[in-house]
Amino acid sequence: MKYIVEHYNYWLVIIIMMAGFYTVISRGNLIKKIAGLNIFQVSVFLLYISIGNVKDGATPIIEEGITLYSNPLPHVLILTAIVVGVATTALGLALVVRIKETYGTIEEDDIHNQDQSL
Amino acid sequence: MKHNLILRVVSKFLIPLIFLFALYVQFHGDFGPGGGFQAGIIFSTGIILYALVFGVASAKKVIPPYILRALASLGVLIYAATGVASLLLGGNYLEYGVLASTQVAGQHLGILVIELGVGITVMAVMLIIFFAFAERGRSEEECE
Amino acid sequence: MIESHLSLLIVVLPLLTAPIVAILPNGRAPWLISTLVSWSVFTLACMQLANVSTGNIISYELGGWAPPWGIEYRIDAANALVALIVSGIAAVIFPYALKSVEKEIPEQQHSLFYAAFMLCLTGLLGITQTGDIFNLFVFLEISSLSSYALISLGQQRQALTASYQYLIMGSIGATFFLIGVGLLYAMTGTLNMMDLAQRLPELYEHRTIHTAFAFIMVGFALKLALFPLHLWLPNAYTYAPSVVTAFLSATATKVAVYVMLRVIFSVFGFSFIENTPTDELFLILCVVGILMMSFYAVYQQDSKRLLSYSSVAQVGYMMLGIGFGSVLGLTATLVHLFNHALMKGALFMAIGALVYRVGSSRLEHLSGLGKHMPWTFAAIVIGGLSLIGVPGTAGFISKWYLVLAAIEKQYWLIVVVILLGSLLAVIYVWKLIETLYFKSENDSIQPETIKEAPLMLLIPTWVLVFANVYFGFNTELTVGTAEQAIKLLLPGVN
Repeated sequence: MKYIVEHYNYWLVIIIMMAGFYTVISRGNLIKKIAGLNIFQVSVFLLYISIGNVKDGATPIIEEGITLYSNPLPHVLILTAIVVGVATTALGLALVVRIKETYGTIEEDDIHNQDQSL
Repeated sequence: MKHNLILRVVSKFLIPLIFLFALYVQFHGDFGPGGGFQAGIIFSTGIILYALVFGVASAKKVIPPYILRALASLGVLIYAATGVASLLLGGNYLEYGVLASTQVAGQHLGILVIELGVGITVMAVMLIIFFAFAERGRSEEECE
Repeated sequence: MIESHLSLLIVVLPLLTAPIVAILPNGRAPWLISTLVSWSVFTLACMQLANVSTGNIISYELGGWAPPWGIEYRIDAANALVALIVSGIAAVIFPYALKSVEKEIPEQQHSLFYAAFMLCLTGLLGITQTGDIFNLFVFLEISSLSSYALISLGQQRQALTASYQYLIMGSIGATFFLIGVGLLYAMTGTLNMMDLAQRLPELYEHRTIHTAFAFIMVGFALKLALFPLHLWLPNAYTYAPSVVTAFLSATATKVAVYVMLRVIFSVFGFSFIENTPTDELFLILCVVGILMMSFYAVYQQDSKRLLSYSSVAQVGYMMLGIGFGSVLGLTATLVHLFNHALMKGALFMAIGALVYRVGSSRLEHLSGLGKHMPWTFAAIVIGGLSLIGVPGTAGFISKWYLVLAAIEKQYWLIVVVILLGSLLAVIYVWKLIETLYFKSENDSIQPETIKEAPLMLLIPTWVLVFANVYFGFNTELTVGTAEQAIKLLLPGVN
């Protein structure tokens, strides 16, 4: 039990990750897939940010009298990953808009019915 | 929404404040939390708020799409050109230390210019995304 | 000055070009600038290869921050070879692009198209140059995002769904890679590949390291379309504009194979792999993949789709070499990576020339056109022979090394599979040739109006066709560099 409580951040990450991943795989609605992908990515952001925390560490801005700081590097890395995520989402949604305009639907099954070759 | 008096008055009051805060976040980035990414987003929310209240069409008059496209490219160019400048001054790519007379001054200058580039691009790209989605599938009058 | 910043300029030149091209007015200016830049990048990549082919290693510190704190570009023979093929293909494709893009992409999107193309090139070259594993992720996403956009510009509406499918699969792959990198960072506190390689051996037994390895492997298996994670590839390559198909098929999966090599052998080290079932797993997947995908290719009714399935099978050949984990096997992987880029580039460009004239890549529309377009047809024949692995072509060299590697390990079954795969290749290439030359023309496309493709399309295609023949005889560059690279990848063996 102590093992579970002490690693609560990892459990949280795993739950969110699986929720997102399941949504991507199981949903036929293209928007829901993108939402799932987003949730999936957010769980990884949380993973990075939580491992950057140093026990009793202060905010990583240099001040006198403080010797122990949290690790700022994961945050910087994840800032980049967030930007990548935003770009992916925007591009994905733009594609969905155009799919809706050409096919008239955003349900995967309906699209497959219209295009047998896919 | 532009017929709603309260929204109009409040947003006219808020938008300058949003811009001011964005500039603060932008240029205070090397001393405290902040930087180009955040500032760019905040700046773009000001214009998005304007578009929500006064309509996408009038927001596009404020900042036309071709200018946005130029700005998005300009930001990346500022970033890359800073790197090339440090190359020409004898350092490695993006080595800010050589940009000014002392190492510390160079680092300050370098990060400010770089973050400015980031800020401009993020602001422009967010607005391009917003405009692209906001006007899709609507007639011209609905955008007004 | 260029000499000392060589490895950096290869990435920065296309990066600088992309925004410049994006603000240029539509017309020929974006194309002209992109072409010139791709040629200069190719020149730089040649210089870089000449520098490292003697066993040198170039290390470039970005921002003057020493590794492992700063980002380091670290070039050895393996990187330089991959960078050479990526920039070489780009240098051939850009001249080709002018006519083909004018035909297939609406005028108002031209400058943005070339900007996205340049970004894609930046990303792919960045992946080959960098020695920092997170930087690699960023470049990976730059190249992937721009290729999603490029694919969605295809003429048919299926291009949209194909691109969407690729976006979902590709993002999952990239996120898996990100998880792996995060776990590695949590365990070692470093992101520099060389530094990781030093710190990992003492953690080999740790479960987190195994998890990280699995995530990275699955992530990149998605990106390089290793069977059974290849589902996005046939659609994406079939419906993308011809130029994009030719470029991506020749570079994107190759770069992903290179990352596999780098992560397995430079970062984790071969002694780590030996204690995991990775190599056996690769061998099984590759064997099934080669046979099944070649079989699928035989039944396709669309020339681009046929070649796409063949691409998935060829990825199997490349990964076989990694599965062997021997010097010969890795030589085969690197050589096949190089040669396959040449043959698929040539084939897809020739198909692109057909599409330019006919407007469709479906076999029923292409039947009998070989007589009207003899040069294009001849390019397909020679490219096809190389794909089969006929002696005298580049494809033979890589198959030869692969078979040697399998015999050395005494995997007789795999020798049979490689030969069987080549046999299937004979069938599907013959299907292409038969349709193009021996079937009667389809009247619905008015065959009498079809002329030979313009020279702007033919010359670049034939450059690659000649490269296929040249590297079939002269193996100094490919095999020589590959052997040099493997000395560094597998230090214990030599």
